[in-house]
Amino acid sequence: MHKFAVRFWSISIIILGLIIAIYKSISLGVPFTHNAQTEFWTIQARLSFISFSKNVKASLFVPNITPGFIKLDENYISGKFGLNAKLTGDNKAAIWTIRKANGEQTLYYRTSITRSDSSIDWGSVPDYPKAPVFLEPYSTSVNNLIEDVRSQSADISSFTYELIDQLNTSDKNENISLIRGLAKTNDEFASLISKLLAVAHIPSRKLWTIALSDAANDVIPHVFIQVHNGDEWITFHPRTGVTGIPNNYLAWKVGDEALYKLKRGRNADLKFSVTKSYIELIDVAEHKIKQKDSIFGKLTLSSLPVQTQNTYSLLLMVPLGALLVVIMRTIVGIQTFGTFMPILIAIAFRETQLFWGIVLFTVIVFIGLLIRFYLERLRLLLIPRLAAILVVVVILMLIISIVTSQLGLDRLLSISLFPMVILAMTIERMSITWEENGAQVALLQGLGSLVVASFGYLLMTNQKLTYLMFAFPELLLIILGTCMLLGSYTGYRISEFLRFREIKLIDTSK
Amino acid sequence: MNSLISPKNLNRLGILGINQRNTDFIMQYNNRSLFPLVDDKLQTKKLAVNAGISVPQLYAVIEINHQLKSLQALLDEHDQIVIKPAHGSGGNGILVITKKIAGKYKISNGDLLSINALKHYISNILSGMYSLGGLPDKAFLEYCVKFDPIFDDVSYKGVPDVRIVVFKGIPVTAMLRLSTSNSNGKANLHQGAIGVGINLTNGCTTHGVMGNKLTSIHPDTGHSIKNIMIPCWEKILQIAVKCADTVGLGYLGVDIVLDKNLGPLMLELNARPGLNIQLANQRGLLSTLETIKKMEIIPDEIDNRITLAQTIAERSTTS
Repeated sequence: MHKFAVRFWSISIIILGLIIAIYKSISLGVPFTHNAQTEFWTIQARLSFISFSKNVKASLFVPNITPGFIKLDENYISGKFGLNAKLTGDNKAAIWTIRKANGEQTLYYRTSITRSDSSIDWGSVPDYPKAPVFLEPYSTSVNNLIEDVRSQSADISSFTYELIDQLNTSDKNENISLIRGLAKTNDEFASLISKLLAVAHIPSRKLWTIALSDAANDVIPHVFIQVHNGDEWITFHPRTGVTGIPNNYLAWKVGDEALYKLKRGRNADLKFSVTKSYIELIDVAEHKIKQKDSIFGKLTLSSLPVQTQNTYSLLLMVPLGALLVVIMRTIVGIQTFGTFMPILIAIAFRETQLFWGIVLFTVIVFIGLLIRFYLERLRLLLIPRLAAILVVVVILMLIISIVTSQLGLDRLLSISLFPMVILAMTIERMSITWEENGAQVALLQGLGSLVVASFGYLLMTNQKLTYLMFAFPELLLIILGTCMLLGSYTGYRISEFLRFREIKLIDTSK
Repeated sequence: MNSLISPKNLNRLGILGINQRNTDFIMQYNNRSLFPLVDDKLQTKKLAVNAGISVPQLYAVIEINHQLKSLQALLDEHDQIVIKPAHGSGGNGILVITKKIAGKYKISNGDLLSINALKHYISNILSGMYSLGGLPDKAFLEYCVKFDPIFDDVSYKGVPDVRIVVFKGIPVTAMLRLSTSNSNGKANLHQGAIGVGINLTNGCTTHGVMGNKLTSIHPDTGHSIKNIMIPCWEKILQIAVKCADTVGLGYLGVDIVLDKNLGPLMLELNARPGLNIQLANQRGLLSTLETIKKMEIIPDEIDNRITLAQTIAERSTTS
């Protein structure tokens, strides 16, 4: 019965850990590998003009609602201008003002964006538009076209599609050729569609977008048409009628007004440039977490001071080392000195690297053992003897440090991080084991400790695992559950296959 | 391949592994609060004396270094004496004084020690050198067992003892432990002593195992260790069962020595008996343990339980 309880709890804990990790990965985009990267774009809008008088005011629409993308940062380079960012409906405008400015002025807006599926959509709801007035001969053609389109469509969406389709393809139709003559540029064409939609009382507006590419200067904004179907805004390409914003277009602003306005200035020029680069996914995830105001945003380790973060990136690896010890001892059956001593040694190995770590450990324990055997003959009391060994260990470490520093082997200086108390205890226990159970057992346990420490080192210094534990501390729950599961493991240890091997002989001879 | 045994075979032979011993037997049947009774040999002794179980006589207890002043006087009262740590495990820290020669003390391995060496030895015991976790300990002096001559040919510088594992008050397996030159006079299998399986029904030795290897002769004396009839076998089983009842542990190892004058004496109890007894008997413990685990009624009478144990043992050897 209690075995069931163990299983129930440990599996629940493991699943909980998994769910949190998967949630963080899917919903917040925290990547599972530490150098996972994603593309991000920096878009710059450069507004230049010549001002010649007082109270100059320039306003520029900047991205606000960006479906499919998330802003990582944005900044304004304003020079001497005062800056005020203002939300109006679905748009955001940067308004620069200055009391007095003469000559050429340049203002910049720069933003970095990356893809995200967790961004918000437009929320504003429009009024029904009044039908615009077309003069003859257009009026009849428009009415004919609208009638024609209406007869071939079922709802607002299909109406819009049909209208765009007719305007773009049906060359033979005189009505359409006539109407099309009203618009010369793409911008005018979009306005025309908007106007025609208004005739049918369909609310519509323009959507200004910037095409994202690797590196492009003088990017011309691309205009889409949006219609409101009562629930949401639907975007159409004014030439093809395809719905939705293509995934490499960044929504910049909505509405019919121009992208910028200028008071008391002339020769205004707005230029967009785009560059693409790569960014670590984890950084993106952090932005998303902040933006979402998710509970995990407050639970993330990266909100800690950097120094504490470094400590934790090490500390979080210790449970992993402990799990290794559990596996090595209960499943493999390797004997070690002290339960978690190998893990402390492994942590010390981080500084010395594996090879020198093993060499130093062996040297210190070996010399320590020799001295301990001599101390044994002096008949000292246990605690003073332990303290004496500790002092000897420190002296040995000191000597090694001084000698290696003279030899220029800087790496070995980090021996000072060896856990000396642990080393002293190891020496004491090893010598007692040596005397009582023989050299073979003592050496075997010493070797076992070194093997586990080496594996522990490899495990705990693994970059991928370090990242994983740091980004997903909830994996601790999985380790916890696994330890609990292993705690109720009643199967054989691998070492027992060796231990009981002689039983088979008799059994098969019978 | 003889170098390893497959898990399938281990399972088929019903070998109890250490993980299963710990979780399914020790943790389930041995109440933690009872452990001190067996971990402290002085408490065990007291308990056994009260229950009328014969044990080697206790001569003196040394609790603080100061008492070592009177050590000489204590040692002079008896010719032979055993010094033990109260919390020693696996036979560690036990010193047997066999003779006094010219003011020095001859110990079981043949060395001669001065009184000062002995004092240092005991003070090491007191400071916890042999106890788990290095906790301060007590030392005690007790009667040195004069072992039965039947073991003269198969023992080397030490006291052979019989280990019986008792589960739920029913003996399940037994072995004879013989010290060797390797084991330095200790009867602990991990230290190189020989374990010899014993047939529960008649007390006759079967196979021997040294380390993890089979052997049929004692490596130091060259004598066969098979087919030795252990004297007072029924009495030994009774003591084992009585110990289990007295101490209240469900899964218990009982160590018993045979004194040529006093008969079987209980030496110590073990709440975590080792698994090599399976090697010595060339038989897995699991099937027997499972049989007993399923039993709802265990007879009260000690003799009935021994009979039960012997029927179970017979059944499992013939099958």
